[in-house]
Amino acid sequence: MSRQPYVRPVSKTTWYMRNGRYKKYMLREVTCLLVAVYSLLAVSGLASLAGGAAQWNAFLASQQNPFMVGFHAAALIFFLVYMTFDWFKLAPKAMPVQLGEKKLEDRFIVIGHYAAWIVVTLVIFWFAGVI
Amino acid sequence: MNTRQLELEVLRYDPEQDQEPRFQNYSVPCEEDWAILDALNYVKENIDTTLAYRWSCHMMVCGSCGMMVNGEPSLTCKTFIRDLPDHVRIEPLENFPIERDLVVVLDDVMEKLQRAKPYIIRKDPPPENEEFNQSRGALYKFKQYTMCVNCMCCYAACPQYALDSSFIGPAVLALAHRYNIDSRDQGKSERLDILADHDGVWDCSFVGACSEVCPKSVDPAAAVQQMKVDGAIEWWKQKLPGGKS
Repeated sequence: MSRQPYVRPVSKTTWYMRNGRYKKYMLREVTCLLVAVYSLLAVSGLASLAGGAAQWNAFLASQQNPFMVGFHAAALIFFLVYMTFDWFKLAPKAMPVQLGEKKLEDRFIVIGHYAAWIVVTLVIFWFAGVI
Repeated sequence: MNTRQLELEVLRYDPEQDQEPRFQNYSVPCEEDWAILDALNYVKENIDTTLAYRWSCHMMVCGSCGMMVNGEPSLTCKTFIRDLPDHVRIEPLENFPIERDLVVVLDDVMEKLQRAKPYIIRKDPPPENEEFNQSRGALYKFKQYTMCVNCMCCYAACPQYALDSSFIGPAVLALAHRYNIDSRDQGKSERLDILADHDGVWDCSFVGACSEVCPKSVDPAAAVQQMKVDGAIEWWKQKLPGGKS
């Protein structure tokens, strides 16, 4: 009897279409493109701030057309759903906390992340003069 | 007991005759409490004795009956027909070469398993004439990883392993982590080469499918992420002033 194992081909370009789990993962990963565009936008905003009041006001005005408002809204939703919520949910996997004989429940680690997020946000708002 | 007619669509491959796998259908009268493995055994005993598949214990311990059931990596002894539709497609575990029918070649994982040194390594001699005490807390840290039965469902679910089989993969990394965090073990540095390498933990992109499909509720994705944290801390320790190089 001869051995002749059969290797099933795997598509390098469409593998993620195999099931819903992979598609959800790809959606999470693809948000990095939004992060990249948003980062470039933030850098150009900083550059215009450094360029003086006129440049800064022009930058602000450029962000107020419907397309840019739509982009900011989409970026916010994707960041929240696929970056913040998803990564906070996964945090207990990477950093389990053992208290004596018991493992700290995952939800406390997740709540801790949200609490830290709120505190940091409030501090930034305070520095920015929003509150 | 009531019976239910199940249409099984089974992937067949005979290396001596087939150029590539093909599907064959079997109509199986199943009893309502059967698992998919019972249906396969029925086929083997009553319809087609040439069907090849692995199984041994029928109680989720041996880990040998892992297959794709309707596209999901599953232990067929714990996949019950009452939870499935009338038409069920059974294929060998994805991401492994097919030896024959539902039997896959596991040589690659077996070789990686050895490289991970999944046993306690001591640098100091163990205590003489007494038990090696371990607190319950220290045991609970790694206990879930000892539940792995090497069924390889996690490898069948892992797209990283599908795309690049040099990746060490979920079960082996989880097992290495199990020994790394065992308070009796002193062999972490000996396992570093396969874990910290390009093909080790850093190849994992955290899809998390391995943990979702594990029939024993082991969480290999967590083990891999914890090893990444560990690796990053070790790296910084070496880079900081006064750190070991």
